[in-house]
Amino acid sequence: MTQVERQQWDVVVVGAGGAGLRAAIEAREQGARTAVICKSLFGKAHTVMAEGGIAAAMANANEHDGWQVHFRDTMRGGKFLNQWRMAELHAQEAPDRVWELETWGALFDRTADGRISQRNFGGHEYPRLAHVGDRTGLELIRTLQQKTVALQQEDFRERGDYESGLKVFQECTVTRILKDEDGRVSGVFCYERESGRFFVIEAPAVVISTGGIGKSFKVTSNSWEYTGDGHALALLAGAPLLNMEFVQFHPTGMVWPPSVKGILVTESVRGDGGVLRNSEGKRFMFDYIPDVFKEKYAETEAEGDRWYDDPDHNRRPPELLPRDEVARAINAEVKAGRGSPHGGVFLDVSTRMPAEVIRRRLPSMYHQFKELADVDITAEAMEVGPTCHYVMGGIAVDSDSAAARGVPGLYAAGEVAGGMHGSNRLGGNSLSDLLVFGRRAGLHAAQYAGGLGEGGRPAVDEDQVDAAAAEALRPFSAEGPVEGEPDEGRPPENPYTLHQELQQTMNDLVGIIRREPEMGQALEKLGELRVRARRAGVEGHRQFNPGWHLALDLRNMLLVSECIARAALERTESRGGHTREDWPEMDRQWRRANLLCRLADPTGNLAATDPVRGQIRLSREETEPVRPDLLALFEKEELVKYLSEEELHE
Amino acid sequence: MSSYEAGFRVWRGDTEGGGLEDFKVEVHDGEVVLDIIHRLQATQAPDLAVRWNCKAGKCGSCSAEVNGRPRLMCMTRMSVFTRDEVITVTPLRAFPVVRDLVTDVGFNYTKAREVPAFVPPSDLGPGEYRMMQEDVDRSQEFRKCIECFLCQDTCHVVRDHEENKGAFAGPRFLMRVAELDMHPLDAADAEGLDRKTTAQDEHGLGYCNITKCCTEVCPEQIRITDNALIPLKERAADRKYDPLVWLGNTIRRRGR
Ligand SMILES: Cc1cc2nc3c(=O)[nH]c(=O)nc-3n(C[C@H](O)[C@H](O)[C@H](O)COP(=O)(O)OP(=O)(O)OC[C@H]3O[C@@H](n4cnc5c(N)ncnc54)[C@H](O)[C@@H]3O)c2cc1C
Ligand code: SF4
Ligand code: SF4
Ligand code: FES
Repeated sequence: MTQVERQQWDVVVVGAGGAGLRAAIEAREQGARTAVICKSLFGKAHTVMAEGGIAAAMANANEHDGWQVHFRDTMRGGKFLNQWRMAELHAQEAPDRVWELETWGALFDRTADGRISQRNFGGHEYPRLAHVGDRTGLELIRTLQQKTVALQQEDFRERGDYESGLKVFQECTVTRILKDEDGRVSGVFCYERESGRFFVIEAPAVVISTGGIGKSFKVTSNSWEYTGDGHALALLAGAPLLNMEFVQFHPTGMVWPPSVKGILVTESVRGDGGVLRNSEGKRFMFDYIPDVFKEKYAETEAEGDRWYDDPDHNRRPPELLPRDEVARAINAEVKAGRGSPHGGVFLDVSTRMPAEVIRRRLPSMYHQFKELADVDITAEAMEVGPTCHYVMGGIAVDSDSAAARGVPGLYAAGEVAGGMHGSNRLGGNSLSDLLVFGRRAGLHAAQYAGGLGEGGRPAVDEDQVDAAAAEALRPFSAEGPVEGEPDEGRPPENPYTLHQELQQTMNDLVGIIRREPEMGQALEKLGELRVRARRAGVEGHRQFNPGWHLALDLRNMLLVSECIARAALERTESRGGHTREDWPEMDRQWRRANLLCRLADPTGNLAATDPVRGQIRLSREETEPVRPDLLALFEKEELVKYLSEEELHE
Repeated sequence: MSSYEAGFRVWRGDTEGGGLEDFKVEVHDGEVVLDIIHRLQATQAPDLAVRWNCKAGKCGSCSAEVNGRPRLMCMTRMSVFTRDEVITVTPLRAFPVVRDLVTDVGFNYTKAREVPAFVPPSDLGPGEYRMMQEDVDRSQEFRKCIECFLCQDTCHVVRDHEENKGAFAGPRFLMRVAELDMHPLDAADAEGLDRKTTAQDEHGLGYCNITKCCTEVCPEQIRITDNALIPLKERAADRKYDPLVWLGNTIRRRGR
């Protein structure tokens, strides 16, 4: 039996981003003793990078807004594949979640009458994004962090210990979810970065809120943390992932210099008036308005320009189409030879707003281009191109309780959860999603844990602890060169090299535009990488060793990448964040299908998986029909574009 | 694209001690110091420990000292150095080393906990808050802080004075007190909490002699000294005479 430190908590939250912290705050307020585990320092999670804003129909900027309108926009953005009950709850509860932040000390930008200001964003009918300049994610993280501290101060006053009711284990990584004999969650297995030591937290309820998967792609706006850990943890624990083929490529990432390629240029640049031009100076987006959106977008530049001041009588410019549309359009322009010098297109605010307005409204963008690219965005256009940004697919959850399917005690919220955004997420809908479903996950996890009582807690299976420890230590004993043989014996693989090859494969073969033969190649390459990853070796010792951590993350990236590639190959249509060159149309029949990924070998023994057939099994299930009163929010003419004949007649 | 080979000296070691190690490493157009550290990891020193997250100056993880100056590695362009210059990268000096470029920044989290949280006004519910933009501007400036702790590292009160750490919150957390004090709806008063005096009595504001070193290193260009610390001193000194406030005022007037 492996001797590792043990602790007992009621609820464990894996991840300290917006979703994780909101879940933890709720669980603690419900009375559950709650532990939060995160890979980086407290307050550094990915959410900190969010720029544009939080979508919530508070109707501060336009009185016509309401949850129904927000719901409608969300469903349209997701091309109706959204788990509609999530979209409904999200639209209804987002305003309360934003207002609550003010009572915790958040300071949003204000309207003239002192309420929370709201800005325009792609796909949102009215100005809807609560924001703080272009650093909204920082405000969100800091507010939740400070609320966490406020609760700890309360606990200190009552019990003399800040960490008695809510504790953050920073720079710790979960590598396995543990279960008891009946398949219920019993805890998590973790290592601490600083010391390299293992520990186990025993808890009956675990909320996964680990964010996304972008680090499997070469060009991405995501940070090193985005290795798909939560997705993989759920799979390994026996929970299915939903619709993993949908990956959002944000249309505007930096393209130059190479070292910053992929870093995000916020959509607020377009929301506030920025326009896209090709090398001929043309505002090309007018040529790319798809049929489903024809009535909703301006046909001329003049109308589009008028919309900023008079949105009630003009239609919005097509630069503000949902992200998948804009990303594809940019891709097409570059392919047609009308791109910018470094392979993007031009995004210009300099001719649209006075310099001082740009500096006030887009301070971090101004700073980012000035510092990293020597470009003054108040004087010249930016060069931008698509970058891997967000994964819509994720852990399949119950809409109301955020419970993962099939594993009692497991919950998921935030980017790691699937369903909410359908095939494409609207800007601003993630931060609101984190708050709405983070709170719900924390609430239900706490209730579940409380309901078990002291005697009813699932026991930790010691074999699983041993196996997890052995798995985590394997990189230190990867096979080296064999004595007496030339160097090519079986040298351990360099985890950094494997990671680069994986990123290149996903970028080139399962990227923004997909084709059947290429995805086949990708699966082959993934199979090869999987075998090599078993020999990923590391040097040095266990204290804060990045090579070791990457070697462990490879397991997760490979699992998630295989899910994406298999599901993308299976879905023979184009919809939202999934574009097939060989199946360019959206197919109404496919709207009825969800694709689920499960681990092929449910014992979770990755070594035993068949090298050719892979580790993942796909299955299809039919989506739940949208509730009639929600369908009634749309015009019939619009519904026929999305729903199949059968659905329309039901 | 032009590339060249640069000389790097990186501090390597742990709690037991360590020293500078020399490297030769390739540099390409447009790269930042963090790119070079990553290249070292991928090619020469796979276990070189470093913190980073966003690589875009937004998270405040990658703080270190580059040629002795506290900086974000992801926002330090290689083009600010000449090609023959040897670039020295060392961990933040004010905090204990964990390993290589990673330090134990726990001091900051301890101090964060000692500042009492925002107190919501009892007569306003969620959604009822009304605040004018000009009244929140100041606190918003302080909330731009990405908690890189460069100001905490550079402030001479603690930089080489371990003994002051107990009594002094550091510029970042004194600024947090100022932020809450200037929040238009903070109801600390109603609970009998006077943030200004606590800044002086509990968070060590008196140690600060407004050298502005913190402001100089702040990557968010927050005017920590002028906009947070000096006004806090002024407000705290309503009752107490503090010669530095007088001095600060004179400096500010001259700066205009
Ligand atoms: C540049 C950028 C700008 C964006 N702008 C916006 C915007 O304006 N509006 C909007 O709505 N959305 C925006 N998004 C999307 C949004 O920010 C993210 O989807 C969202 O923040 C994800 O939050 P989360 O809570 O799910 O995860 P995160 O905030 O990423 O947190 C994940 C947490 O899980 C932890 N973790 C991961 N794996 C493990 C493990 N194995 N063990 C322990 N802990 C682990 C991490 O350390 C981290 O604490 C943006 C995204 C990017 C990249
Ligand atoms: S101004 Fe005050 S807080 Fe800032 S560095 Fe100088 S002494 Fe420290
Ligand atoms: S005030 Fe500036 S230097 Fe200090 S921690 Fe915040 S961002 Fe960093
Ligand atoms: S990595 Fe985030 S600030 Fe440098």
